[in-house]
Amino acid sequence: MNGAAFIVISILTLAAALAAATLRKLMHAALSFAVAFVGIAAFFFLLGAEFVGLALVFIYIGAVAVLIVFTILLTRRDIEKDRGFNWSGVIIAVAVFCGLTWAILKTASLSIVAPHIRALTVKRIGEALMTSYVWPLQCIGLLLTAALIGALVLAMEEKR
Amino acid sequence: MTPTLQIFLIVSAALFSIGLLAALSRRHAIFILIGIEMMLAAANLNFIAFWRFAPKPHQPPVGVMLALFSIAISAAEAAVGLAMVIVAYRHYRTTNVDQLDQLKG
Amino acid sequence: MSKSIDQVFPNAKQWLLSWLAGSPSWAIQVVSILTNIFALLAVFLTLFALISVLERKILARIQNRYGPNRVGPFGLFQPIADGIKMLIKEDIVPARADKIVHFLAPVLIAATAILTLGVIPYGRNMTPFTIDGGILFFFAVGSATELAVFMAGWGSNNKFSMLGAMRAIAQMFSYELPLIITVLPVVMVVGSLTPDRIVAAQAEYTFGLVPRWFVFTPWGAAAFILFFVSGLVESNRTPFDVPEGESEIVAGHMTEYSGFKYATFFMAEYIGMFAISGLGVTLFLGGWHAPARVLEIIPSYVWFFVKLSVLLFVYIWVRGTLPRTRIDQIMNVAWKFMLPMAFTCIIAAAVWHYAGRGLRGWLWSLLVIVIVYTALSILLDTRRKFAQRVYRFAE
Repeated sequence: MNGAAFIVISILTLAAALAAATLRKLMHAALSFAVAFVGIAAFFFLLGAEFVGLALVFIYIGAVAVLIVFTILLTRRDIEKDRGFNWSGVIIAVAVFCGLTWAILKTASLSIVAPHIRALTVKRIGEALMTSYVWPLQCIGLLLTAALIGALVLAMEEKR
Repeated sequence: MTPTLQIFLIVSAALFSIGLLAALSRRHAIFILIGIEMMLAAANLNFIAFWRFAPKPHQPPVGVMLALFSIAISAAEAAVGLAMVIVAYRHYRTTNVDQLDQLKG
Repeated sequence: MSKSIDQVFPNAKQWLLSWLAGSPSWAIQVVSILTNIFALLAVFLTLFALISVLERKILARIQNRYGPNRVGPFGLFQPIADGIKMLIKEDIVPARADKIVHFLAPVLIAATAILTLGVIPYGRNMTPFTIDGGILFFFAVGSATELAVFMAGWGSNNKFSMLGAMRAIAQMFSYELPLIITVLPVVMVVGSLTPDRIVAAQAEYTFGLVPRWFVFTPWGAAAFILFFVSGLVESNRTPFDVPEGESEIVAGHMTEYSGFKYATFFMAEYIGMFAISGLGVTLFLGGWHAPARVLEIIPSYVWFFVKLSVLLFVYIWVRGTLPRTRIDQIMNVAWKFMLPMAFTCIIAAAVWHYAGRGLRGWLWSLLVIVIVYTALSILLDTRRKFAQRVYRFAE
């Protein structure tokens, strides 16, 4: 695991995430959101979970980001209006971050380096999904179908 | 320098806080969704980091499985959430969550 | 002798890297990656230049005219002239455009197109970027194209651009499903997402004659046809080029682009075409394997590029032959025909596998495909073709 790569990726991810949270133009925020997810996928690659990283890119850049920009397009008339920025959220977020960081730094058992492990191949993930995780997998399939139908019904034109 | 588990957790905590910031301070429904997605991604990063740094490798890889399922669920959540944003916009001609305060459609 | 010719490129790279012996390992890694990238770009940009002039020549031949024949022998230097023209053109950015998004769109679309080239095995030991799960990488990176097209449409702040981008995304989304699902039977049968393994699984010859390419099984043939049509749509080629239909919406999402940015879009379209054809060759046409054992003396990369050129020729041929389809026809075919057929391919592949992968399995899977195909054609009654059209508009 490479220190330099880690620093570069974390700066990219956090900067993009911050931009996604604070940029004024919705479209720019949505695109920074996509960049932030590329950064998170890079973290997964760095941690040796390539399959999850690829799945993340596939789902978030290919589907969720496009959905978000489509929604922005469909609700476009609303964009130009000025809207308030709630400063109490900043205080809460900073407090949460400080609390979490304090807790993490206090816990001595967390300052460990990664052990050497066998590379996680797609085959092993597939075997796990098809043996011990069959039921969760089926449930996810059901959930996704329900979400698909639900989203369709919600967004469908109302018959008058 | 090799990154330790702590540093990964701190990055993940920062990501979570940024997501919280987006969800709490912006008034646009899409921003709130973006914030929620970012918080979920921070949780996924934690799952993967804990899996990678576990002293004894799990068989099956539990952290990776949890992350995969959580990605699938957050995708479903994004689809339904954005559909709801579109419906709310059709009804009220606004996506500002402060103005969506009627119980009567 | 033939062995050393076959391995000339990997050996050349080894020789290049041997100069760096003694340097730190990360430096060798970086140089190795840079060599791969440089080789990829050199080969495919040359191919792009060549194909752009050959396409015009072949189209001209189909339409009974001459085509470019002024610059150089047989007009072969035409791409150089075009390149110079594109480079010295003025780069116009609309005043009301979203400048950053407008600039980033061609960059992103070219980057994703070139990245997808990296996982395809071009010959024996000639995969630029070996990764466990290369097929998933191909689609994950390729899916960013939709975002880039949307950025181009949005950033231009132009109605034609936005309409073109909407059309492009609608059809790319619809056809990404059959595209990925037709890949699944191959992945299932081979049991791996790595392109190298998929190529290796198609190495043998039945009776020493017919190569064991997946296109020679019923499910493979059906999947290949579906894959090819989906690939046509994904690369926005005629007959599915409604996103940039000149007669309706100027040039779609590329309306507001000029000069080098337009050339980048053009290049990305062709590179995407090469990538999807290369993946088709890898998955169904046996990758770099020779079609007969005696022909194995010809180097593997030659076979890959021969197959690639055949597919590219079919692309051009289709462009010269078929008129543009309507967007509602495209969508109907995607959801009502392509998707069920793609799922059928999975079932047929499973039947083929469990019936012993022999002649019996071959016939059984053919039966499955024929039954579903007939049922679908009865269900999607052709009488409806002559019914009154119902137009639906985007809100």
